[in-house]
Amino acid sequence: MNYGPLLFLGILFTLAASWTGLVVMPTKQLGALQPDLNTNTSVVFPKPLPGEAAQGRELYRSLGCNYCHTQQVRREGFGSDIARGWGKRGSVARDYIYDRPVFLGSSRTGPDLTNIGERQPSYEWHYSHLYNPQTTSKGSVMPPYAFLFELRPIGPEGPSTNSVKLGGEFAPKAGYEVLPKPEAKQLVEYLRSLKSSVELPEAPLPKSE
Amino acid sequence: MAALSPRGTATSDARAQLAEIDESCRGSVLLFFLSGMAWLLAGSVFALIASYKLHAPDFLGDFAWLTFGRIRTAHLNAVIYGFSAEISVGVILWMMCRLCRVPLMAQSVINLAALLWNFGLTIGIIGILAGDTTGVEYLELPKYCTPILFLAFALIAVWTIVIFRFRREKHLYVSQWYILAAVLWFPWLYSTAQLLLIMDPARGAVQAAVNWWFAHNVLGLWFTPVGLASIYYFLPKVIGRPIHSYYLSVLGFWTLALFYNWNGFHHLVGGPFPAWMITISIVASVMMVIPVVATAINHHFTMVGHFGKMRHSPTLRFIFIGAIAYTASSLQGVLSSVRWFSETAHFTHHTVAHAHWGMYAFFTMTMFGAMYYILPRITQREWPSDGLISLHFWTTLVGIAMYVLPLSLGGWFQGKAMLDPQIPFLEVVKITLPYLKIRTVSGLLLTLGHVAFFVNIAWLLVRTFGPYRAPEPMILAGVGTGNAPVGK
Repeated sequence: MNYGPLLFLGILFTLAASWTGLVVMPTKQLGALQPDLNTNTSVVFPKPLPGEAAQGRELYRSLGCNYCHTQQVRREGFGSDIARGWGKRGSVARDYIYDRPVFLGSSRTGPDLTNIGERQPSYEWHYSHLYNPQTTSKGSVMPPYAFLFELRPIGPEGPSTNSVKLGGEFAPKAGYEVLPKPEAKQLVEYLRSLKSSVELPEAPLPKSE
Repeated sequence: MAALSPRGTATSDARAQLAEIDESCRGSVLLFFLSGMAWLLAGSVFALIASYKLHAPDFLGDFAWLTFGRIRTAHLNAVIYGFSAEISVGVILWMMCRLCRVPLMAQSVINLAALLWNFGLTIGIIGILAGDTTGVEYLELPKYCTPILFLAFALIAVWTIVIFRFRREKHLYVSQWYILAAVLWFPWLYSTAQLLLIMDPARGAVQAAVNWWFAHNVLGLWFTPVGLASIYYFLPKVIGRPIHSYYLSVLGFWTLALFYNWNGFHHLVGGPFPAWMITISIVASVMMVIPVVATAINHHFTMVGHFGKMRHSPTLRFIFIGAIAYTASSLQGVLSSVRWFSETAHFTHHTVAHAHWGMYAFFTMTMFGAMYYILPRITQREWPSDGLISLHFWTTLVGIAMYVLPLSLGGWFQGKAMLDPQIPFLEVVKITLPYLKIRTVSGLLLTLGHVAFFVNIAWLLVRTFGPYRAPEPMILAGVGTGNAPVGK
């Protein structure tokens, strides 16, 4: 094998093959998917994220949440995602058409978040959990995101309505309250927006619903 | 057969030529090696912080820039694009010059590439810690630094091909095939990925497809060829006999080229994709048995009967571990790609262990071996401390075994527990804790080894460039001094 040009051609051809198969073909098949309009319910899905949730998504990216949390539900019969309550149906390519970047994730050090907005709709829970995950999930290995909150002296008119309810060892010192910064609000809006229990032609919901 | 052996001929002309080549590589290769080692130390510190945080989440919890998601990402990019890529470049430039029998020409181009690369990467890592990550696995470096990296890499690729073009040796050795393939494949992979993921992202799930086509191929089409080129070069070189079978090398190379780059989608098993996409990658992953077994047989039959030489050659010791780890991690990768295995192991720490098996036990150990060979030749100095070499070898060997084996097992238990919906998620977390703690201890051992290696290199350089330059007896006796006459 001492003939340089042959070597070059072989090297280029082999990669061209997988480039065609694994980049061009998926683009042709999945690259032009459109949202679905359900004619029975008049629901369009998926929809682009509203402003604050979209900002929260940027934080999700910036803080690297996607390294411990997936956003993909495996279909019934492969894994126990649906039995764990992570979603009512398996995820399909159309669910992700507005995502830049896509947060499919590759590790479940924490639970899947495809449907976290339905599982945990409460602001209070999310704020407390983000401030320190031990407050709601004792034994979690998730890091605290206290830097998304601020500690402020309670004003003369009493505690703010959006102060984070923290008990026991996590309670702020007397006369102070913990308030979410705008970033915390955005992140929670994003997490609350993650809901996937919408039927698509290629992904029906189970009949019992 | 002599031509098939990387030993070259023993005539004094040839030796003078080798010395000239080594001398020509000195500055550029040292630049890549030293900055690569600096990234290794930085990457080790990032890794220790990340690993510790995973079982003590409040540790350094008040700093956004040190949060797990960022420090873990800084670790990955520092060791992949810093350490592994830069050491690779040093090793392939030196091997290419040696195998082509031409000195490294216009070193300033390579030095410029090294400076650009380090500049771009430093900005990029700071960017990741500051929160500018792209959020795409293995491509986290922000888009304001990747064009710099691409330019640096283009210079390196072009220069490697230029060296090849002006070769004086007509015979092409197997290592050259792998090096050429790597430098041609990587720019294609990187530019496609940058374009379709960062610059102008493809629609939805297609990004994940491109992402894993790229991410798996960085390993398969860059690090694996560089690692194999090194094993093919150094194993016969140190032992002093040609590689066992030319035909197995050909078979191994072309089957790797054919199958490896189709593997990426086994990372998407169970994901929101048509079945054909996943299946085609699983089939290709299983086909990888052919190149892996061909290469394993070839390496083993070259090595057999020469195990005793490991006692005296640190290069052989590290390369031997690397070659075994290549076979083992590749076969384990085949297993991991299959659906029934993936159903359990996917999304667990098992995958993390597998990645370190490949990138560390195979690739990094092989690169350490290559550096143990190259550094004394380009500096014309012996390694100052045997003790540090032993410390480096044993801490990294024990460290990586202690990392990979328990974490593979722990990841499997984690996966099994996750499959049972009756087990609450926090119980699954609890199952993984002992393995995560062992991982931190193994990280400390690995870091100790890296420091030992770094000290030995620094000491070697003090002897080379420092005030003390007493002549030393060389293992290279007869190779000639640095300023040997050119071509006689």
